[in-house]
Amino acid sequence: MAAVASPVVSWWALVPLVTFAAAGFLLLTMASLVRRPPAVLAPAWTVAAGVAVLGYTVPMWSRVGSDGASSFLAGAVGVDASSVFVTGILAVAVIAAALIAHDYLPREDLPGVEFYVLLLLSAAGGVVMASANDLIVLFLGLEVLSIAVYVLAAMHLRRIESQEAALKYFLLGAFSSAFLLYGIALVYGATGSTNMATISAYLARTVLIDDAMLLAGLALLLVGLGFKVAVVPFHAWTPDVYQGAPTPVVAWMAAGVKAAGFAALMRVFVLTFGTHVSDWRPAFQVIAAATVLVGAVVAVVQTDVKRMLAYSSIVHAGFILVGLQAATDRGNSSVLTYLAVYALLTVGSFAVVTVVGGTGDSSHGLDSYRGLGRRRPLLAGAFAVLLLGQAGIPFTGGFVVKLGVLVAAVDMGSYWLAGAAMLAAAIAAFVYLRVLVAMYLQEAATGSEPAGAVPAGALVVIVVSAATVLLAGLLPGPLLDIARDAVPVLVVG
Amino acid sequence: MTAVALLASAGAGSFPVLPALVVTPALGALMVLVLPRGRPELLKLVAILASTVTGAMSFWLLSAFDIGDPGFQFLSETSWISDLGIAWLFGIDGISLFLVVLTGLLFPVALMAIDPGHDARPYYAWMLLLEAGVMGVFSSLDLIVFFLCFEVVLVPMYFLIGRWGHGNSARAATKFFLYTMAGSALMLVGILALAFLHADATGAALSFDVVAIAESQSLSTGAARWIFAAFAVAFAVKVPIFPLHTWLPDAHTEAPTAGSVILAGVLLKLGTYGFLRFGLYLFPEASHYFAPVFLTLGVVGIVYRAVVATMQADLKRLVAYSSVAHLGFIVLGTFALNTEGIEGGLLQMVNHGVSTGALFLLVGMIYERRRTRLIGELGGLQKSAPIMAGIFMVVMLSSIGLPGLNGFVGEFLVLLGAFNAHRWWAVVAAAGVILAALYLLWAYQRVFHGPAEGDNADMPDLSLREALVMAPLLALIVFMGVYPKPVIERMEPAVDALVVHVERHVDGFSEPVTQMGSDIGPAADDHGEHG
Repeated sequence: MAAVASPVVSWWALVPLVTFAAAGFLLLTMASLVRRPPAVLAPAWTVAAGVAVLGYTVPMWSRVGSDGASSFLAGAVGVDASSVFVTGILAVAVIAAALIAHDYLPREDLPGVEFYVLLLLSAAGGVVMASANDLIVLFLGLEVLSIAVYVLAAMHLRRIESQEAALKYFLLGAFSSAFLLYGIALVYGATGSTNMATISAYLARTVLIDDAMLLAGLALLLVGLGFKVAVVPFHAWTPDVYQGAPTPVVAWMAAGVKAAGFAALMRVFVLTFGTHVSDWRPAFQVIAAATVLVGAVVAVVQTDVKRMLAYSSIVHAGFILVGLQAATDRGNSSVLTYLAVYALLTVGSFAVVTVVGGTGDSSHGLDSYRGLGRRRPLLAGAFAVLLLGQAGIPFTGGFVVKLGVLVAAVDMGSYWLAGAAMLAAAIAAFVYLRVLVAMYLQEAATGSEPAGAVPAGALVVIVVSAATVLLAGLLPGPLLDIARDAVPVLVVG
Repeated sequence: MTAVALLASAGAGSFPVLPALVVTPALGALMVLVLPRGRPELLKLVAILASTVTGAMSFWLLSAFDIGDPGFQFLSETSWISDLGIAWLFGIDGISLFLVVLTGLLFPVALMAIDPGHDARPYYAWMLLLEAGVMGVFSSLDLIVFFLCFEVVLVPMYFLIGRWGHGNSARAATKFFLYTMAGSALMLVGILALAFLHADATGAALSFDVVAIAESQSLSTGAARWIFAAFAVAFAVKVPIFPLHTWLPDAHTEAPTAGSVILAGVLLKLGTYGFLRFGLYLFPEASHYFAPVFLTLGVVGIVYRAVVATMQADLKRLVAYSSVAHLGFIVLGTFALNTEGIEGGLLQMVNHGVSTGALFLLVGMIYERRRTRLIGELGGLQKSAPIMAGIFMVVMLSSIGLPGLNGFVGEFLVLLGAFNAHRWWAVVAAAGVILAALYLLWAYQRVFHGPAEGDNADMPDLSLREALVMAPLLALIVFMGVYPKPVIERMEPAVDALVVHVERHVDGFSEPVTQMGSDIGPAADDHGEHG
């Protein structure tokens, strides 16, 4: 009897995915069996899963380092240093979102367990995206990630903005998924495969006489992924969704979803279609320049801090594209470093926004930040560090990563793009200054709520992220070394 | 020859005094932050101690400085981001030496002279961080580290103006931050482009070493001009050169006294120093190419701002405009591109720091007593405060450029250099000297002479502390006016080397030979090799 051919499975490389997925399902099961689970169970469980994955990336990293990248499951899933790196970022974002939500959900009187279940499932989808070796697998990961986030965005039952945000996000997200899928189909038509390594190898040895179908497919892929990472002109949903969705969910969207999205963009464009870089680079450059400039200019006129941060996240996405369009090892590692520091900056910032937002998740106007420096010195100080980091002020991690993407762009001669990015950074600085002015240079509005204690979970996130951002600015060596080794590669299965 | 190679020959292992100049105030700031907030006198003591130790080290540099050597001294290097060849590379020559000393002097003076009034802890922490950043700018020889320090000083200054300033200080602070940040945005791209083009042209590893890049001059003329322009905008906003100066009067007027002293005395020098070190030295050809633009803007700035200063009703605003008018002389001297001009500009940087710093201190003391800075509300102060009037007189005369005081030496050299290079610009600039005499003397007359009425009649004179704070500044004003040799002899070799460097890399350009310049003619070529 002939043995049934079964694909090789490298279980060791699936541990992060399995951990997130299993933790999610187990939590759901537990919650339905136990009548009244203690409130701390779900967040502790989620944080434990995040810490386990984060801890596991260390042996995984050294194994990938010594054995090299590999692919398995018939070449559908790959594991390389960059996927381990992005998995680490996702784990950090999960931990942070869970810690923020631990105080947020009881405060808002929202059902407790579902948030964590969806968060874990979404993270599992992100891990799939970061290690996809096949366009179909990439799509699967994207859908798992996104569908969980659609529901998360609607979590706040009593806020109409939350429902609106979820609906917008869902409709536009569904459209972008369709674009992505159509793009995959066209690419399959042009190259005869959906496997990224196979496509890349095929394009390297074949000159397509008529590459219109391939280019159309690339354009649609760019639209689909561009929606997820929110770059101009596919950014319009971001401010509304960020403003309406529950703040811990926004922290996850900004840090986790974006990291997974950019990892996917990198795998698809830089790796799979690296041979056609001269076709897609001009589009990326125009999008990057438009993203940084539009994001910065529009951010200036916002008065709602969540909307400001939404536009600032658009600016950051543009900066990441500046590094990505270089399509070099230097560019890739600058993108990964940027994602790591950006994740810290955003989870910290949104943790502050959660605390200041108060009951009802509604005090997000600049007025709510007035006099914060006097009312809550620690909170304001940490927020100041995070904002200065977002502005890219020297000796914060924000500067180091901005320098990284600029170096990558200048290295390959995109001077004008680097110049546009720096101009946008200068404009965006005004946005962060407005918050600083409110916190330190204006007196609190009369009748503003008295300073309460900062909840423990959010406090940990805020302090750790601010401290890490400072540390990364003073001693960037270790981070840069790790990111330099985190080169993404495709391996034929 | 690179700075690293110089470092090896200088012999490693000696005390890294330049990093210590940066680290000491930074550590002081950390200490201030961990001290209890309820003890302002303790906070002040720590802050003064940290800045005084820094100042003492900078004065030690004066005596340890090797006078004949035109190259960089006290070199030290610690690698930082080795991947990109970025290192903490420090070294000073005769050009940066006096700016380091000026910084070391003005910070303790400013800290001792004025108390913040509220929120003492963050105030002292920001002041010390500011000092660390400024020291970093003046002593760094790595382009990225220079840029880091150049940018990071915005943050402390922003908070100092915004939190401890007067009037609409939040707006002034924001304006200051945005102007300077936008100005230097393109400089970072310029720095990166410069380093990559240099690495491509020479085949060397990526490096941001100023000395290596300047000495190799490997860029094409076109590229160098573009990159120079990116640098020049940043420095022009910082100086500020006409017409990019509109942030400065606001920032000065709304800033607390210590902020004004540091802003005028030290921060504006970041721009003028930048032009020397990162303009002329890195891009000699482009500097020569663009020199007419800067000469013209410098002269326009001198005259225009002198006229505007005359019209001011606010004493502090008047001093602010006179301050930027004087900076026009520094620009004029720098772009005269000859030894006298640059040397005069450099002297003027120090003089301006001392005199304008002292003027702002005096205006601050008047404001503390009278709670007004409007010239119309002051008058006859000489009767109630004769010592203050006397000191104000000396400082003002030094600012006007009276022979025998420090301002004269610098202004004279600048005008001499400019006259040799571009006669008519010098003639117009000389009118600025006359205007300065006009508006400053007129202001003095209105504030100190005449009948004293109301509160002006019984305004207290300087306290002992205030007099002690002013004493070192006065001593310097007189000393440098009467006997500038110790200063000039330390500057001259480096300035000569810079001029020779410019001549060597600009076709068909040679320094107009004068009596003063002739003794350093052809023999100076071997000096340049050290630079």
